[in-house]
Amino acid sequence: MSGRVTPKGKRFTIPVKYRLLLMLLPFVILITLFAYLPLAGWRFAFFNYRPGIPLKWSDFVGFDWFMTIVNTPARQAEIVRVVKNTLAMSGLGILTSWCPIAFAVLLSEIKNMRFRKVVQTLTTIPNFISWVLVYSFAFVLFSVDAGLVNRLLMDMGFITRGINFLLESDHIWLKMTAWGMWKGLGWGAIMYLAAIAGIDQELYEAARVDGAGRFRQMWNITIPGLLPTYFVLLMLSIANLINNGMDQYLVFRNAMNKDTIEVLDLYVYTLGFGSGTTTGIPFATAVSMLKSIVSITLLFAANSLSKLLRGESII
Amino acid sequence: MIKNKMKNKIKLTAGDIIFNILNYLFFSIFTLICILPFYYLFINTISDNELAKRGLITLWPSGLHINNYIQVFKLRGLGQAALISIGRTVIGTALTVFASAFVGYLVTKQEMWGRKFWYRYIIITMYFSAGLVPWYMNMVALHLTNNFLAYIIPGIVAPFNIILVKTYIESIPPSLEESAAMDGAGIIRIFVNIIWPLITPILATIAIFCAVGAWNSFTDTLFLMTDEKFFTLQYVLYRYLNEANYLASIMRSGTNTGMVSAAQQLSARTIQMTISMVVVIPILLVYPFLQKYFVKGIMIGAVKG
Repeated sequence: MSGRVTPKGKRFTIPVKYRLLLMLLPFVILITLFAYLPLAGWRFAFFNYRPGIPLKWSDFVGFDWFMTIVNTPARQAEIVRVVKNTLAMSGLGILTSWCPIAFAVLLSEIKNMRFRKVVQTLTTIPNFISWVLVYSFAFVLFSVDAGLVNRLLMDMGFITRGINFLLESDHIWLKMTAWGMWKGLGWGAIMYLAAIAGIDQELYEAARVDGAGRFRQMWNITIPGLLPTYFVLLMLSIANLINNGMDQYLVFRNAMNKDTIEVLDLYVYTLGFGSGTTTGIPFATAVSMLKSIVSITLLFAANSLSKLLRGESII
Repeated sequence: MIKNKMKNKIKLTAGDIIFNILNYLFFSIFTLICILPFYYLFINTISDNELAKRGLITLWPSGLHINNYIQVFKLRGLGQAALISIGRTVIGTALTVFASAFVGYLVTKQEMWGRKFWYRYIIITMYFSAGLVPWYMNMVALHLTNNFLAYIIPGIVAPFNIILVKTYIESIPPSLEESAAMDGAGIIRIFVNIIWPLITPILATIAIFCAVGAWNSFTDTLFLMTDEKFFTLQYVLYRYLNEANYLASIMRSGTNTGMVSAAQQLSARTIQMTISMVVVIPILLVYPFLQKYFVKGIMIGAVKG
């Protein structure tokens, strides 16, 4: 395209197609540094690496670290336990994934707009605070001596001594799901509320003319209208089956519940950072690697399923 | 006709009435459960600390004072942590918003050499990750441990935000840009004068999500920082909740001497509650703005995510 004349009068041009790429380059470098370069770290999984000793002096051990998962009974038991926790809590998440729909459908049945607005505003707030803060709330509300819940239960005479809710190791999976629900239910409903607002009102008119009552309308119009959105989110949660993050479980973890709360992400963290043992890094890398490979596979599986059933991809 | 319809709506069966009552009841209770913790912590931080310590402040504040909020910032490291939290939020958000806007714009330019490839090169990173330990080793290799830049640089290029901006720009009629190009405006000129003003709504959405994310994150501090000077408020709170020793050491350095009456003296519990409030108040302050934009944000995300 047009060249530019410099003050010196010398003409030079970089073609636009390269000039654009040149402008993009710094950002490409950044993404390379922080998303692609870490992949090179997978090599640690194949060495007997110890922190402080350069990798080139470490022994190459091939797939030994991967094999310990099947060879060593202790490791095997550990992995089985952690995978069980991961799948259980993700599974509970999927089992309760209809709750935001119910929330949205019921909320849209409320005709008082001001009440609706207030509910919607206040129930989304918990989504915007960190898990540390959620735990801090839990700590204050459920602490043994001065917590609100124990105080109220004692005042009402249900219990005589405070219960240590947070230290108890019973029903951890359910408790974690409940906290997730407290944090995410109102937020999760927002997308469905928007979808409900987009449903053609004439459908309801027609149904009413045909004598359909309120529940029939909900069941036959509103809910089917939400299913496409639900399906996409369901596929995404299948793709993320083993990526349930570690923030929530890290903050709620303690000596009593650590066996049932530890999910894969938290396990990898504990191996790599927490234990202080020297075998941590290579094995943690091996587990990370396996986890990445499985989750990519799950993503493609969910995507194919979506294409097959709905003719649309999710990625 | 319309009047008729109205009448139809008002006629309620007994079932409807029961349903309505239960429905209102359910939402009232759930809403209460959502905001009660915020309220409970707040009244406890402004009440007489002796009462709060014994758990006697349940529904109403009593013995009002704001000394906790003044005292808590005198604790060792708290002021610094607040600065780090604010710094990473403001700088990180500004850079991410700028980068998302600029990259989002560049990837709409058909003329770019290998445009499709570079776009995919950036976007595909959303779907894989090397894992925590390789990521950490990489950060160590890049000298981003115990370094404030670790909070800023890795987040600058955010693929999802780039998708949002790109989608948004593609919905703008191209004629505006074309006529500016006709007048001889360069790429940067067009970006600054034409594109930027048009995409501010989506940039506001991105800014808000980014700011909330930066303010709330604490695991990056956990992984990367050992020097107290880089601790954020969230991380300090996390340490308080998990390590009694840490809290005790902080309290020893505190200002619990003379001057203040017993009713206003800090205890572990009041420190923890006050810091929680300090962390949550900024979120509550930006929340009204947030609400305006987030629905828009997730809807665009839902379409193109």
